Amino acid sequence: MSDQDAVFGHRGNRDRSVVNPKGRGSIDGTRRSGSVGMGQAGDPFLIGEGMTGGYGKGADILHDCTIAVERGQIAVIVGPNGAGKSTAMKAIFGMLTLRKGSVRLDGRDITALNPQDRVKAGMGFVPQVNNIFPSMTVEENLEMGAYIRGDDIRRTMEQVYELFPAVAAKRRQAAGELSGGQRQQVAVGRALMTQPSVLMLDEPTAGVSPIVMDELFDRIIAIARGGLPVLMVEQNAKQAMMIADKAYVLVQGANAHTGTGHELMQNDEVRRTFLGG
Amino acid sequence: MSSNRQASAASPWRAPILFAALAVLFLLEGTVRNGLFSGSWNTALAILNMGLISAITALGVNMQWGYAGLFNTGVVGFLAIGGLAPVLVSLPPVQGAWDAGGPRLIGALLAGLGTLALAKIVYTRTGRIWAMALVLLAGLVAYRWLFDPAVLAIEANDSARTGNIGGLGLPVLLSWIVGGAFAAAAAWGVGKVALGLRSDYLAIATLGIGEIIVAVLRNENWLARGVMNVTSIPRPVPYEIDLQQNPAFVDFAARWGFGAAEASGIWVKLCYMSLFLVVLLGIILLAELALKSPWGRMMRAIRDNETAAEAMGKDVTARHLQIFVLGSAVIGIAGAMMITLDGLMAPNSYNPLRYTFLIWVMVIVGGSGNNWGSVLGAVLIWFLWIKAEVWGPNLIGALVGPLPEGDIKAHLLGSAPHMRFIAMGLVLLLVLRFAPRGLVPER
Amino acid sequence: MDILNALVAFLNFVFIPAAAYGAQLALGALGVTLIYAILRFSNFAHGDTMAFGTAITILVTWGLQSWGVSLGPLPTALLALPVGIAATAALVLGTDRAVYRFYRAQRAAPIIFVMASVGVMFVMNGLTRLLIGVDEYRFDDGARFIIAVRDFREWSGLAEGLALRSTQALTLVVTVIVCAALFWFLNRTKSGKAMRAYSDNEDLALLSGIDPERVVRLTWIIAAGLATIAGTLYGLDKSFKAFNYFQILLPIFAAAIVGGLGNPVGAIAGGFLVAFSEVAVTYPWVKVAGYLFPGWQPGGLLQLLGTEYKFAVSFVILIVVLLFRPTGLFRGKSV
Repeated sequence: MSDQDAVFGHRGNRDRSVVNPKGRGSIDGTRRSGSVGMGQAGDPFLIGEGMTGGYGKGADILHDCTIAVERGQIAVIVGPNGAGKSTAMKAIFGMLTLRKGSVRLDGRDITALNPQDRVKAGMGFVPQVNNIFPSMTVEENLEMGAYIRGDDIRRTMEQVYELFPAVAAKRRQAAGELSGGQRQQVAVGRALMTQPSVLMLDEPTAGVSPIVMDELFDRIIAIARGGLPVLMVEQNAKQAMMIADKAYVLVQGANAHTGTGHELMQNDEVRRTFLGG
Repeated sequence: MSSNRQASAASPWRAPILFAALAVLFLLEGTVRNGLFSGSWNTALAILNMGLISAITALGVNMQWGYAGLFNTGVVGFLAIGGLAPVLVSLPPVQGAWDAGGPRLIGALLAGLGTLALAKIVYTRTGRIWAMALVLLAGLVAYRWLFDPAVLAIEANDSARTGNIGGLGLPVLLSWIVGGAFAAAAAWGVGKVALGLRSDYLAIATLGIGEIIVAVLRNENWLARGVMNVTSIPRPVPYEIDLQQNPAFVDFAARWGFGAAEASGIWVKLCYMSLFLVVLLGIILLAELALKSPWGRMMRAIRDNETAAEAMGKDVTARHLQIFVLGSAVIGIAGAMMITLDGLMAPNSYNPLRYTFLIWVMVIVGGSGNNWGSVLGAVLIWFLWIKAEVWGPNLIGALVGPLPEGDIKAHLLGSAPHMRFIAMGLVLLLVLRFAPRGLVPER
Repeated sequence: MDILNALVAFLNFVFIPAAAYGAQLALGALGVTLIYAILRFSNFAHGDTMAFGTAITILVTWGLQSWGVSLGPLPTALLALPVGIAATAALVLGTDRAVYRFYRAQRAAPIIFVMASVGVMFVMNGLTRLLIGVDEYRFDDGARFIIAVRDFREWSGLAEGLALRSTQALTLVVTVIVCAALFWFLNRTKSGKAMRAYSDNEDLALLSGIDPERVVRLTWIIAAGLATIAGTLYGLDKSFKAFNYFQILLPIFAAAIVGGLGNPVGAIAGGFLVAFSEVAVTYPWVKVAGYLFPGWQPGGLLQLLGTEYKFAVSFVILIVVLLFRPTGLFRGKSV
């Protein structure tokens, strides 16, 4: 039961003739953005620095956590279950109440922006679940990704289709009818349609088969090599570190280890504690 | 978190203070005569009596919503079917009606129920829709063949005065229980269908059944004379006229400084009030005991976390059906009491706005899930509903006083009684916004 | 000849009235289904929104009539309709700002919206009563018939007459136009797609840069438009009485649910299904049967159910559909 339910009390009502829980959101869309400040000299392209905070007025989940991505690189956040990996990414995306720390993107301080304005500021975010519009066609999903753009989107759409030929063949089909891996491709494609300056993926390979996972990783590498920085939360730590330019190991909401993927793979402690020897 | 969060640990004095304030309102209504109050004990007690019946109805709705999250939008129907009980139980039998078509009528009703049961059996056994449709069609023909002549015969029987099947001539208090049973039976039928689907559709199903029950009462003249109304339903309390002719009572009234007419009215209303209070307190006692029993703990567990309760092997649908039937039975009892109080069955008066949604206002304003809250909300909202009819025109009258005489002024004055709908809506919206847990929040 | 007579009687007493009624229900159900899809609750105030919009339209119609403005053969109410829609849209937008927006920001459970809509229903009901009272009004003017019974008889030489009232034809024409425009909007325009996206996945729509408040405002405006048009057409075709608009809520909800809540195509199909069943079940078929089987003398009127039980028909259809297809005829969002 959430706070709201304690106040208003829906009492376990599940009467589908009057309420529709499908597709209901959890982000408060009415929150307004604050002003954008100046970044700091020598910043990486995207940095969430010293982030401390939690959901709503709940307890802090992150403790002085710092995550950064450089241009053209892949950064991954790994760590054991419940380490706050997804939370750290959501904090960068503005879905958390930060009590300390700041988020800076491309020379601007965007700590006070709400999530929708961060999208406009250049963040492309792919949530872990519910990341497509199931009843809309693949093409409409991509169009919705480009919703904030006023220019011609056909060129970008062709690029996405080139990147993911499997979904290009199904552009007129409802996205909800596709397989798990193809849905993830649509989800990433939708985020790319905004022409973001950084792509943030929350466990993109969760629940897909190993073959599909390898293919997705290939695509992600291709995206990064194309010049778009990628920040990714990953459950499969080994594979993630292999492709990572920079890896952050979080434990209990704080940075435990940081380094290039290669460095961390060599680190005894990291190997012992969660790469399994 | 939000500005409207109510203190979760409300003061233990909150409910007593609110009830005392409500009592003061009724005292003022009984004693003070001005633009706001009538100064008549007869009026005050009449409002209170109907308020108590509303409180019982609200208790029924609160059981369904407060304990199980069931959204019943057919309260009016369950009130109406409960109201049928005094007519069928306590009216004297109609001469010749039973001989004219009674057995055939019973046969028709049995045939109808039998058809439904058979259709269900046929469908579950064979799984063929057309077979079931065939059974239903045959059953309908048989039903109409039995039913139509019986109804014609009954309605032809002394149609000017009666024309209905008549009652059993039993004590009217018995009919209150029968009213509960009627409503429970109807609720079981609706609930079985609407709660048993993959996800429940209770709101729309009850909205429909409510309309249907009222339509049946309005149009089936053989049952309760339809819109011709049934009057002079027996009372469980003395008649005013008898009291006024009783010298002992007149003396007694004179000693208190009341005229015989006024005193007899007050006495009768006090008698009703005592009866209603006994029923109300009895239902609250049972409800509170049930809530504290293992059964009540289970209901709360289901309400607060249905998934977990289901995982522990609780049959959520069956529990929901159970509480829906129980709550409807309470509403049915209230319906029977209301008809007894009025002494009149007038199906045209069953308006869903008044008998369904106003009850919802009472429950939400009082405090969902809290029995005492429902009682407080019901009596308070009923008082406001009645008084708003007086206050609205007075307020409008004062506001438009300076306006020149004319169409607009006349229109405003004429439509002032409708202000009470707006007032009730605003009360509901304000409570839902600033005190969503109601005046007396659930503990 | 008898078969033709039977056909004409069927068209005259069943098909045409049911089609017009079905169109009115469909428009009403579209509004309910859109609000269910996007705001995620069933709006109990929808019937009273229809009544309010119609009341404003009627008041403006009277104003126009008193100035001598008319549309010739068409009802003057058509001219007044845009004003009615604008006023209703303003009212529902104001309601959303004052009532529903708060709960949206709080992310309250949808059932709380339903309760709030009951409060709104009371207020709107009172407003309509204040505006126009509780009496019954007829406000159709212009030509009454496109095909009159007598003309048809003379033209065809049949014993049965056929009447097509102008309000019925108008209802169908307007409904086709409105539905076409709505589907074009939902499937072809950026704003329409944004509404569908929001309905599918609120959070993702937000993350795609779709302004949820704008989607909500658009939804209310469209719902207000649909409600006012449906209410005005219903009032033109039958008559205006505030209470009837409250009662029509049941068949409208039934239509929306039967079609699959949240699915616009379903709402239209549901509207016609409910209307045709209602009329077919409550129509005395004895006349049609008399033409088809000349020798047969049925004992009764061959009426399955009295017209007073027409609400029972919506109910039974609803139950039957839900028993066999819990998601409605077209896949809705309800399960």
